[in-house]
Amino acid sequence: MYTVADLKKGLKIILDGDPYLVVAFDFVKPGKGQALYRTKMRNMINGSLLDRTYRSGESFEPASLEERSMEYLYKEGNHYTFMDQQTYEQVVMEEETLGDAKNYLLENLKVEVMLFGEKAIGISLPNFVNLRVTGTEQWAKGDTSGNDSKPATVETGYVLRVPPFIEEGELIVIDTRTGEYSTRVKG
Amino acid sequence: MKMDALWLRANVIKAIRDFFWERGFLEVETPLLIPANAPEEYINPISTLPSWQLQTSPEICMKRLLCAGHQKLFQISHCWRSEERGSRHLSEFTMLEWYRAGCDYQVLMADCEELLQHIAAVCLTDRDCFVHNSTNINPFNPWQRISVQEAFLHFGQINVWDCLRNGLYEEILTSVIEPALAKFDSPVILMDYPVELAALARTKPGNHELAERFELYLGGLELANGFSELNDPKEQRKRFEDANRVRSKAGQVVLPLPEPFLETLSNMPASAGIAMGVDRLVMLTAGADSIDEIVAFTPEDL
Repeated sequence: MYTVADLKKGLKIILDGDPYLVVAFDFVKPGKGQALYRTKMRNMINGSLLDRTYRSGESFEPASLEERSMEYLYKEGNHYTFMDQQTYEQVVMEEETLGDAKNYLLENLKVEVMLFGEKAIGISLPNFVNLRVTGTEQWAKGDTSGNDSKPATVETGYVLRVPPFIEEGELIVIDTRTGEYSTRVKG
Repeated sequence: MKMDALWLRANVIKAIRDFFWERGFLEVETPLLIPANAPEEYINPISTLPSWQLQTSPEICMKRLLCAGHQKLFQISHCWRSEERGSRHLSEFTMLEWYRAGCDYQVLMADCEELLQHIAAVCLTDRDCFVHNSTNINPFNPWQRISVQEAFLHFGQINVWDCLRNGLYEEILTSVIEPALAKFDSPVILMDYPVELAALARTKPGNHELAERFELYLGGLELANGFSELNDPKEQRKRFEDANRVRSKAGQVVLPLPEPFLETLSNMPASAGIAMGVDRLVMLTAGADSIDEIVAFTPEDL
């Protein structure tokens, strides 16, 4: 168990059953008065922020979180399955938990899965992923309309803006941190 | 950056020394390792040798020097308070304390004005204000004095006694009162505390619910705590025992009483004493918002 004396930025604790990350902390103590421990915490599952003030004597359960390398296997309905290549252990995550990460999940993609106990609560992706364009309008040579981008759909179903010269069937690089087109893969 | 802060710190300490030496105060050194501090509800000493403690304040020894007949004393020393660490707290910090026989807390308030004006004149080279959280505090502006009751009613629309009864005192003080005090462009003195909040202070003549205690605030930062000293050994023993009862209820260790101090307390003339955080004074002089910026090393650096 942690006590209030352990509170600091970066500490992970369990609150009402959810893992929280302490993102801001200060100790205040008016002269001759009791100490107050002011914290701002982020829910590690849904990202919501919470302000909480504690006093001496309170204690917290540490949130044990583990990051494991896994491979994305397949999607069924809105459930996504990942597998640890070492242990063959599988975890399932809902679309809602994955958030935007679902846009880049192609079979066999290697990701880091954050586990809270048995439960997978999020993934970290590589900064760049390569995905093939499955649908986009043809670029008419000599088009002077001034549009410098057009929509394109990639093999995961994700739709993004790409430069006009990108054609169907091409492999492009996407920055997973911004969700934007980065460059095309030649050849 | 840190090098500048350390020069500033040295200058502030030198200016404090000069100030008290010029006024005929005796600079003393008392032991830092003592068998007993004054027991307080919410201050936890650090124990070292079996049953001895590092001082949480030099007050016990300095008051014994008053009992021995000294009139004007000051000391700059390190103090330790367990588990106090934040942007304004270090577990080991530097404290200035001064004591005057034959005086009450009003004289200390006047001392504070002169001391801060002296520090500003000597140590603030490019401006004439102390700075905290982007507020300029000019010690040459007229100082404000507000009673604790008035402050709670005026800034919080709440009665301080109700806050104490409901365990809301610290919350209201730090989230309502101190931010209100932070808006003043002069130092502010918060005075006349409920006696529950002044374990070693004398009560006001004719009002046993209020103690002659004050706190000095600059930019909402609590800088000093002074009071007219209690010199009734029976009453003092009772307050120490009350503090220990609160500690015991809260699951904190019961602290030993400073017996030799209690035995000699009846020899102490009417006196007043005050403790000022030197680190915080350096913060205000440097315009630093965190105590980390003005010490050579934080505990985390070690």
